[in-house]
Parts: sequence; C-alpha cells; structure tokens
Amino acid sequence: MTTPNLVYERPEAFTDAPTHYCPGCTHGVAHRLVAEVLDEMKVTDRTIGVAPVGCAVFAYNYFDTDFVEAPHGRAPAMATGIKRVLPDRVVFTYQGDGDLASIGMGEIVHAAARGENLTVIFINNANYGMTGGQMAPTTLPGMKTTSSPNGRDVETQGYPIKVSEMLSTLDGVGYCVRRSLHDPKNIRLAKKAIRMAFETQVRGLGFSMVELLSTCPTNWGMTPVNSLKFVEEHMIPAYPLGDYKVSDAIKQIKI
Amino acid sequence: MAVKGWIEVSDTYCKGCEICISACPQAVIELNMAQLTPKGYHPAHTFKDGCTGCAICAVVCPDAAITVYREITKVNTPVTA
Repeated sequence: MTTPNLVYERPEAFTDAPTHYCPGCTHGVAHRLVAEVLDEMKVTDRTIGVAPVGCAVFAYNYFDTDFVEAPHGRAPAMATGIKRVLPDRVVFTYQGDGDLASIGMGEIVHAAARGENLTVIFINNANYGMTGGQMAPTTLPGMKTTSSPNGRDVETQGYPIKVSEMLSTLDGVGYCVRRSLHDPKNIRLAKKAIRMAFETQVRGLGFSMVELLSTCPTNWGMTPVNSLKFVEEHMIPAYPLGDYKVSDAIKQIKI
Repeated sequence: MAVKGWIEVSDTYCKGCEICISACPQAVIELNMAQLTPKGYHPAHTFKDGCTGCAICAVVCPDAAITVYREITKVNTPVTA
C-alpha cells in the first residue's frame, strides 16, 4: 500500500501572480525563502513589507502581506516609521544593492545605528539590474558592466562596499550575516538565517540584516547555471559568507 | 526499493531557466521542447523514472513552480521477540 504525500508546495504567503523576474534570477529564491519563513512563523497576517526601487519594486504583487513602496533607498526610514507606530507588526524591507548600498546608504546605516527593530533582506548581485546592469557600489574590481565597459577600475571608481562587515560594527545591530543563493545547501542556510533575522525582530533584539549573494544572468550575460558558478567562483571570495554579528541573546534562540 | 517520487511543474510559473535540471541529483529533469507555456517558455518536466522526491529542484527553483510528492511505502512493523 502506498499513499501520495506532499513534500513541497508553493508557500501560502505568496500570491498567485507569476514574478516579472528574468528566468533564473535568484530574486525569486529570496522571495520564496521569505514567504516560507513567514508561513513557518505564522506571521503573514501581521507582516508589513517595504519594497525598494530596483528589480524588486513589484515585490508587493507577490507577497500576500501588506506592502508599502518606498522612494529610492528610503525603505529603512519608512520601515522605521511603520515599526514605531505599529510595534506589534513584523516589518521587513527587501532591498537591492543599488537601493541599499548606494542611494540608501545613509538610511540603512542610521537605521542600524539606532537599532531599529526591523529586518532587512539585502540582495547583492553586483550591479543595477533594473536599469540595465550599470556599475553598483558592490561591483567586483575588474567586473565589466554597461557603465564600466573595461572593467571596474579601482583607481578611479573605488572598491566594493562590504555592507555586512560595515554594519556589524554598529552597536544597534543584533543579527548581521551574509549568505549565498547559489546551491541547495546555501539556499537552506540562507533560509535559516532569514528565520533567525525575523526571530530577532519578533523578540525585539535589535536590527537584523541578511545579505544574500544573488545572480543577474541577463546583465552578466550568462546562462542562469553559469551565473550560479560565477557567484561561487568570484563573488564568494570577494564577499566571504559568514556570521558577522550575532548578539549573545540571539545565540540562545532555539528554532 | 528506491523511494519513488514525482514532481508537478506549473506552466504559469516555470520560465525554463534550467537551474533545476543541473541541480537534480538523479538527472531526470529536462525541458519539454514539445510544449510552450503561456509566457512562451519550454517548461521543465521529468523525462524518465528515478525521481526520489528529494525536493532539491523545488529548493533551487526561483519561481516556486515545482510541487513535489513522495510515495510513502508502509514500513513493515519490526518483528519483536
């Protein structure tokens, strides 16, 4: 006797809308992990997301939660207001590297320094995806983009910004880690990190951020499978994975 | 006997990115070139037996297009004494 058994299905925190992302873009994986975590914690009905400007600008179409669209880079500022007015809600921002590490650098640093009790999902794909693959603060040295056609020259264009390392020095930060989305093992570790980030917020233990190394197959000019290899071979050496700050109270959390 | 599983790929969501094909440990997934989704992609499908229902394809799928099932084989109660 055998009976069929469901192993995996689309998370309930997702709407029925198909995403607008390019085929193979790991934005979809990051969305799915957030939706799975919201399902597991059963907080979907009291979650408010803040969408950025960038590829994830339409995130409000895909999550079955309340959502606000912030001006470019201002998601942490907007989330601060929401969380302070409605402290019982779970508030998260979902930001790309152009949004968070470039125009929104001031907002993210000060939200972290104030120790705002919110969760930031930071997608690092080393370029500005939506506008056509221009150089971002996180672009690797020597990496070719549409606005650095000869490769990023660190003499004139500076070095990549390592956001997790930088924010982990601030006292207001409770949980700050970097994960990657390039293979099943790392995707599972990323999900665990996102869960911990949300647990940090629910328990009021300070600012939490998960940086996710992501792909941009279209603008990198690679197939989705090759772009996953690029993350493994080039991005991880430049952006080492790891826990940059996990406060003692958060280490005690058992999930 | 090996565990038996199967997957259902949604035509609405699958974009034929091939990430599940390279991730499948049993190598039983390929693009279905005889079919087009409403968006114009060739969707993934299993082309031979061997799926164990491990759900790794669903873990790597960027569009949450894959639903995974696994048959539960009733385990014989261990003989005691």
